[in-house]
Amino acid sequence: MTLAAASHGFLTPSGVEIAFVLVGIVTFGAALITVTTRQLVHAALWLVVALGGIAVEYLLLTAEFIAWVQVLIYVGSVVVLLLFGLMLTKAPIGRSPDADSGNRRAALAVAVASAAALVWVVVDAFRATWITLGGAAQGSTEASGRTLFQYWVLPFEALSVLLLAALVGAIVLSRRNPEAPPAAPAPGAATARAPREEQR
Amino acid sequence: MSDVLDIVVRLLAIFVAFLVFPLVIGQTEHKVMAHMQGRLGPMYAGGFHGWAQLVADGVKFAQKEDIVPAGADRRVFQLAPAVALLPYLLVLAAIPLGPHTVGRDLDAGIFFVLAVMGVGVLGSIMAGWASANKFSLLGGLRTAAQLLAYELPMLLAAASVAMAAGTLSLPGILEGFHWWWVPWQIVGGVVFFVAGLAELQRPPFDMPVADSEIIFGAYTEYTGLRFALFLLAEYAGIVVLCALTSVLFLGGWHGPFGAAGLGWLWMVLKTVVLAFVVIWLRVTYPRLREDQLQKLAWTALIPLALAQIALTGVIKVVIS
Repeated sequence: MTLAAASHGFLTPSGVEIAFVLVGIVTFGAALITVTTRQLVHAALWLVVALGGIAVEYLLLTAEFIAWVQVLIYVGSVVVLLLFGLMLTKAPIGRSPDADSGNRRAALAVAVASAAALVWVVVDAFRATWITLGGAAQGSTEASGRTLFQYWVLPFEALSVLLLAALVGAIVLSRRNPEAPPAAPAPGAATARAPREEQR
Repeated sequence: MSDVLDIVVRLLAIFVAFLVFPLVIGQTEHKVMAHMQGRLGPMYAGGFHGWAQLVADGVKFAQKEDIVPAGADRRVFQLAPAVALLPYLLVLAAIPLGPHTVGRDLDAGIFFVLAVMGVGVLGSIMAGWASANKFSLLGGLRTAAQLLAYELPMLLAAASVAMAAGTLSLPGILEGFHWWWVPWQIVGGVVFFVAGLAELQRPPFDMPVADSEIIFGAYTEYTGLRFALFLLAEYAGIVVLCALTSVLFLGGWHGPFGAAGLGWLWMVLKTVVLAFVVIWLRVTYPRLREDQLQKLAWTALIPLALAQIALTGVIKVVIS
């Protein structure tokens, strides 16, 4: 960090840097509300704010492509899926009495530990690297594509295999047992099968 | 100083387009539906063929009492119309009208447009949940299911065009356009347009607002201006979808002649013709059932979009 501080200085921040910090604070606040609110659907909506805030941070770092993909995947699809699941199961208006967990302390410890690990890794990796925000965008679609398919092809492909495995797994889990009789099975058979399907 | 002026003029132009085009589409819908169904439609307001009917409707909506149901989640309920409408205003900024007439040339324009359009649907889901009404909740659920099913074919079809052009920027795609792209990408174009209609919940994909089953879906509890904002969002969505289809699949400002100064006219013409098709489909097709909706997306549109991507890739390799 000393190198960066020597060449650029932390005491005279530019407008973009100030905006970055402010958006970061908003994002952090929204994330905190997401995990602490007692209203389930509000938690999902605050998650939209937090994920959108991260997209704005990407934009401020000139990574336009990543920012729009963030909005498309997380806000447009993951949160919609989340809301769909909530509305399909249990989404009362007002507080949910059971929206509390006995694992709060353990969850907090895990969150703090993983945040510390991530911050340490990022600070250690990009110790003295400095992005010049003026001039040509360094996170343009072309730049991202080149980096991804030249230097990071193997992790990219490994990830796609992982996702494929997850997809196949989801199909296997959601398929009904083909040998099961379609309607009104004998009561004995139904009770015998129930625990097995629970396990799958 | 001129930079600031430039930005102000651009924002103003986008805002005016946002206010004018949806109303024109709305009025066209009144008239086209009336003619196709062999009736008159609203004929008195303003004198000539009832041109002021939409203005009168707007005044009526503004006068109505703004009601929030007692059991509703007030803040989410009141925020939902804005979430539904504003994304379309943002999207208009990235759509090119002519060779150098675009609000902002974004590096990843396609992704911006599709991402922000997806956010708009969040408004309907919020409205459906916050109304504390079982019909609204069903409407919200159907909206979510529809979005999840149709977002993928839309994205794949757009990706095919981006592959053909080798860029994600909307003006960039139009600069690389040749007339033979239209037959080359026609399957993707149809998939994109149909999936877009489903995302806007326009008939025949209006299961989320099916009035004979669930009253008016997610918007059942809304009155006055907030209800009008949802209607406006629907028309703005039609404008955005038709303009995007013209840009991606029909060559936008390119036309058989008059390329020099008349590019914007071609663009507007294509958009208006597509909007007419949207209205036409509403009048002619019966509503698809929920299972038919899902089946169409997963077993017809997605395979077609994937086939289009394969075709694009093969031809791209052959000609390069």
